[in-house]
Amino acid sequence: MPEQYKSTTEIQRTPVIAPGHTFGTVTEKISAIVLTRPASNGWFIGFGICFMLTMMMLFAIGYLFVKGIGIWGVTIPIGWGFAIVNFVWWIGIGHAGTLISAILLLLRQSWRNSINRFAEAMTLFAVAAAGIFPAIHVGRPWLAYWLFPYPNTMRVWPQFRSPLMWDVFAVSTYATISALFWFAGLIPDFATLRDRSEKRWVKMVYGMLSFGWRGSARHWHRYETMYLLLAGLATPLVLSVHTVVSFDFAIGIVPGWHTTIFPPYFVAGAIYSGFAMVLMLAIPIRKIYGLEDFITLRHLQNSAKVMLATGLIVAYGYGIEAFMGWYSGDRYDAFTLWNRLHGPYAPWYLSLLACNIFIPQVLWIRRLRTSPLALFFISGVILIGMWLERFIIVVVSLSRDFLNSSWGMYYPTRWDWMTYIGTIGMFLAAMFLFLRFLPAISIFEMRTLLPEAEVKE
Amino acid sequence: MANDEKNNGELIQIAKGGDVCPSKKGKLDLNAVRAEIDKAATTGPEYWRSLEELAGNPEFQAALKREFPKGASEWVDTVSRRGFLKVMGASLGLAGMTGCVKLPNEVIVPYVRQPENVIPGRAMYYATAHTLNGYANPILVESHLGRPTKVEGNDKHYASLGGTDIFAQASILTMYDPDRSQSVVSLGDQRSYAAFLSAIRGPLSAQKALQGAGIRILTTTISSPTLADQIRNLLKVYPQAKWHVYEPVNRDNVLEGAKMAFGQPVETRYDFSKADVVVSLDADFLYAGWPGNVRYIRDFALRRDPDIGQMNRLYAIESTPSATGAKADHRLPVPASKIQSIAAELANASGGNSQTGEEGKFVASAARDLQQHRGSSIVIVGEHQPPAVHALAHTLNASLGNIGKTVFYTDPVDANPVNQIESLKELVNDIQGGKVDLLIILGGNPAYDAPADLHFADTLKNGKAQLRVHYGLYEDETSELCQWHVNATHELESWGDARAFDGTVSIIQPLIAPLYNAKSPVEFVAMLSGQGDATGYELVRAYWQKQHVGADFEQFWRKSLHDGWIDGTTFQPKALSAKAATTPSDLKPADANAMELNIRRDPTVWDGQFSNNGWLQELPKPMSKLTWDNAVQVGPKMAGRLHLASKDVVELELNGKKIQGAVWIQAGHPDNSITVTLGYGRKRAGRVGTGQGYDAYQLRTSTAPWIASGVQIRKTGEIYELASTQGMQSMDTPDGEHRPLVRETSLDDYKKEPGFAKEEEVPQGLTLYPRYEYEKEQYAWGMAIDLNRCTGCNNCILACQSENNIAVVGKEQTLLGRHMHWLRVDAYYQGDRDNPKAFFQPVPCMHCENAPCEVVCPVGATSHSSEGLNDMIYNRCVGTRYCSNNCPYKVRRFNFLLFQDWDTAQLKMMRNPDVSVRSRGVMEKCTYCVQRINEHRIDAETASVREGKEIAIGDELQTACAQSCPAEAIIFGNINNPNSKVSQWKAKARNYSLLGELNTRPRTTYLAEVRNPNPELES
Repeated sequence: MPEQYKSTTEIQRTPVIAPGHTFGTVTEKISAIVLTRPASNGWFIGFGICFMLTMMMLFAIGYLFVKGIGIWGVTIPIGWGFAIVNFVWWIGIGHAGTLISAILLLLRQSWRNSINRFAEAMTLFAVAAAGIFPAIHVGRPWLAYWLFPYPNTMRVWPQFRSPLMWDVFAVSTYATISALFWFAGLIPDFATLRDRSEKRWVKMVYGMLSFGWRGSARHWHRYETMYLLLAGLATPLVLSVHTVVSFDFAIGIVPGWHTTIFPPYFVAGAIYSGFAMVLMLAIPIRKIYGLEDFITLRHLQNSAKVMLATGLIVAYGYGIEAFMGWYSGDRYDAFTLWNRLHGPYAPWYLSLLACNIFIPQVLWIRRLRTSPLALFFISGVILIGMWLERFIIVVVSLSRDFLNSSWGMYYPTRWDWMTYIGTIGMFLAAMFLFLRFLPAISIFEMRTLLPEAEVKE
Repeated sequence: MANDEKNNGELIQIAKGGDVCPSKKGKLDLNAVRAEIDKAATTGPEYWRSLEELAGNPEFQAALKREFPKGASEWVDTVSRRGFLKVMGASLGLAGMTGCVKLPNEVIVPYVRQPENVIPGRAMYYATAHTLNGYANPILVESHLGRPTKVEGNDKHYASLGGTDIFAQASILTMYDPDRSQSVVSLGDQRSYAAFLSAIRGPLSAQKALQGAGIRILTTTISSPTLADQIRNLLKVYPQAKWHVYEPVNRDNVLEGAKMAFGQPVETRYDFSKADVVVSLDADFLYAGWPGNVRYIRDFALRRDPDIGQMNRLYAIESTPSATGAKADHRLPVPASKIQSIAAELANASGGNSQTGEEGKFVASAARDLQQHRGSSIVIVGEHQPPAVHALAHTLNASLGNIGKTVFYTDPVDANPVNQIESLKELVNDIQGGKVDLLIILGGNPAYDAPADLHFADTLKNGKAQLRVHYGLYEDETSELCQWHVNATHELESWGDARAFDGTVSIIQPLIAPLYNAKSPVEFVAMLSGQGDATGYELVRAYWQKQHVGADFEQFWRKSLHDGWIDGTTFQPKALSAKAATTPSDLKPADANAMELNIRRDPTVWDGQFSNNGWLQELPKPMSKLTWDNAVQVGPKMAGRLHLASKDVVELELNGKKIQGAVWIQAGHPDNSITVTLGYGRKRAGRVGTGQGYDAYQLRTSTAPWIASGVQIRKTGEIYELASTQGMQSMDTPDGEHRPLVRETSLDDYKKEPGFAKEEEVPQGLTLYPRYEYEKEQYAWGMAIDLNRCTGCNNCILACQSENNIAVVGKEQTLLGRHMHWLRVDAYYQGDRDNPKAFFQPVPCMHCENAPCEVVCPVGATSHSSEGLNDMIYNRCVGTRYCSNNCPYKVRRFNFLLFQDWDTAQLKMMRNPDVSVRSRGVMEKCTYCVQRINEHRIDAETASVREGKEIAIGDELQTACAQSCPAEAIIFGNINNPNSKVSQWKAKARNYSLLGELNTRPRTTYLAEVRNPNPELES
């Protein structure tokens, strides 16, 4: 019976792992993707395209370094364009991974075990994609390291009152913790792969990566402690990183930026887009690699519910922004609202409302919530919507601020697009490699979900 | 084969002393070269750089003509158009194409004896003059170790009082322009001046026998006594020769009008300081180019101060929105052809006749106001209005008793006040009639700018004038059609003299030796009269020695040079009586249906002579804020009727001639009338000016040079991008709200409520950080800008650009909004779009005490000084552009690309050595001219030590914008000193902060605008 025709109660009861699996089958099924299953033509084509896009991005960045930031569409008054839009978008996407692996771990949401590994990988790659932008968007990228507080002969420190400075800390901490968390989670699985691989050099590589893991009780004890600690460290980051990113705007005085709702609204938006990205990746992966047993409809439905909830928070944010535009009586805020609805970027704003608020409401319908195809498309719409949101906040607010004489328009150039699409290529290329060389689903955590794992006293 | 090559190489080595690169492409055939050299021995250039040149190798000639290696001149991508600055440097190095020249070993000897007054790091100032249309603009030029870097007004001169205009400011860039012609050129060959001399010697001596019957000299307007005297002397040697004068923006109508009224050409001079009521009939007397505008702006602006004396009242009746119209208390937009009848009505109404209708009411009120201010009013007419209007104005001024009080008549400043269009017509006829053997074009570019119906360029092309010599700053459209082009010196490199609008003579003295071995006009004319060796200095000095009576010549000469003018040369007012008011017979009502074409000088490139000046090209035109292009200006009403939008390309057709240009909807432009401006569509101007805009001269005829009727307009359906630097020209936002950016009231309301512009002060304790106590510092710098005085002349923008080494970015970058001006002048229109009120607002950095830019910079590259300056540390800036985003005034400018030219030798010399040249990726903005502050601080501190007492910087410290402002609208100084002028201004009731509600506490504040409307017209 195809999944979409299953009765809802059946789905409700769907376990997070399909019945009939044993330790052996779980291990076999996941590790086979890496060890025994040959890479398909599809993988090569997909990876090839994404690799080419990555090269395109490197070319665009190379040209940027030669010529200067002027090859982009940024100008006065719109000093920030695609680079910052994309940065915020990517950072937001990363949030779902951390939320799934850290917060849900602490909340003992065991269903997370089948999606946390690749969600973490997604976080890492998204942060890597995001991290490119702040470094290259400055006028003199070769001096971008001046944003780091390091002892230097100039005896000059960064300016700690600047939100960009806080960004440096927030994002670098986030990248570090995410990488550690992800790698730590992989250690027992590396050992599994080491043990199951047959080629000597493969054994050596996984052996080195597994740090000598033997699966002793002491190992497990220390491992669990460390993992919980890392989860504890990562948990506040889910809230803090995007809060700090939102300060880039909230601290500014530009109408459309200067608002206190931004931190919660940004965090909700981040998780919103993050889960959309998780679904966009999970749905094809489970189909292609036959992982429907591990990533079940329950996972999809839970993710959809999270999107619905965070989407409503985001909608509330829009509502408050609009309300404050009117209620504050501030002529600049009021005009910002008017300008979003009627100005030259009105089609973009209306699309944003459609993508982020109206279309996702169909998730109230259970049948759509449990349809992988529908979820895939709705997730795509949400990702576009969240990108538009950042575009509206960054570009549209800047385009018409206080002095009418200094209004302007922003026209992204081909270099803007090449860089943006290139980062998507890089992100997906990394995902392709990840699927091929690392266990996309946490083997040891999946095993804990099996009935055999239950300890009977 | 290898041997051959070696031989050739050796030959070249021997011939050129080893400074030619033997790797040059294309081998020479030894024998062929010998033959060519033999042949060339008689005709070839006297000096040559390589055998190829000597032999007249066509490849070499082509290379010479191209100036650049293949490909270099064909750069068409967007960056390279801006990149003209970058390739400029190539012209010197590559012009000769020799490439591998060995640098000579030179021994550089330091000063053995230090020249007097030359202190490295200290600028010196010399008085000289800049001329436009013959009228001298007295200037002081800042010189750093022999390099002129900045033009400033001569504050002691009657015509300047410290102010300048945009053309004088920009002249420094023209002087250093690497596109200027750098040698004598004959038929595309670079030649020596000696070759020119030998070429012209024969024709000149041949003419001697004919008494010069075949010689014609065509000059631009000349006010120089020395040069005029020289030409007259030359005409004595060649009595049959003729002197023609032509300049496209001429004052024919003014002179003809004066002849109608007085029977002789006279100059009209005004005293706006005594005028209570001014009626302008299409006269843009508050903008650069109007003779005496610098002084007039000062006098006019003083009378706009509602706090001092009685405010004047300006009525502007105009055909094209102008800066003068923007300042008017009442403005009536009418087509130019109607102004004649309005002038007549004004004359009639002054006699008591009543009028009806809106226009009639306007005229009647103006007339009544004039009558009530007999002897203290002025009627002033634009130079493009027909002579009859000028004559009417003269009679009107006479009947109002203004003559001798506010209006004065003097001898013309023009040394040869002929009707220039007639003069050119006569010349064309003579050439067509084969009467001209030797045509000497002394300055000007008639092949480009002569009236189209005279076909001047074709006349030159047909070769009837046998020998044609062009003398000028650039190789241009005219020099192309002449056998010889002699490169001219710039005024900053040569000796000369010229008269200011009041007749006062200024000696033009060189600030630097000619960059390109050029000849000055006086030297050139002296050569024609056989004094080939005389230097400009000798000639000018000799002329004034003759004029000067008394033995103290040396003292007189030095004083004149030092002061910048010659005492006693000012023209004295003449007692003239205007003939009785005769309504001119040619007064025919304009055909109401025929569309009118107004051809006007361009506000920035003038008649095209400044086309290659990047500063002027990028200077926003005062009303439209357009750069780099001329547009077809139409009014909003007409645009609505014809469904035209800005940037639509239209075709204009007049008498069978067609041109295409892009529409610009200009608020306040009258209906059924089109304005085009001259000076664009140059075919050969240089790397900056060639090909910008469209050529309006095509529609200009000798019979209707300014106002033509019956133009057809047709939409082509194409779109042409116009680069305007202003986002929106209204203070009303599209949601129907109004932003009080420029605050304005009427004089009556101001008297009732002087503090109308003030807003509730934001309490100071709103921040978590403790407030810095600037009051405890010795200095706290601040600025006040009086919007009432500002006439939107744009001079401050160029003064700032020159002082602070601000880059030119080109049209493409301006379109994107990346122009670099640290100071801009916003123009806003309010009310009825067809007849709006217009406002100007200069916006420099506000130097906010709570600067939003400072807190957001992650590296601290912009921070506050203890004296309240918002400093920019270029070296520290990494270019996040966060500061610009957070600046509510958007005064920060970013180097998105490498906008500055780091290579061209000439431009390196031009720069102010006290200001850093910014590189790519760095934010920059107004610094309040911090280099000047520090210079004065050093002076004050040394003086304190020397005198043994505390000496503080006083009001003598001025920023570049404040210093050059002819209206004195910008005042800068120490706000900690209650007696400083800026403190007094800031204490005025109408002082307000722009966006003060944001609690930025800006140090730059504005004095609100007060207008003085006629109560009769208010209702």
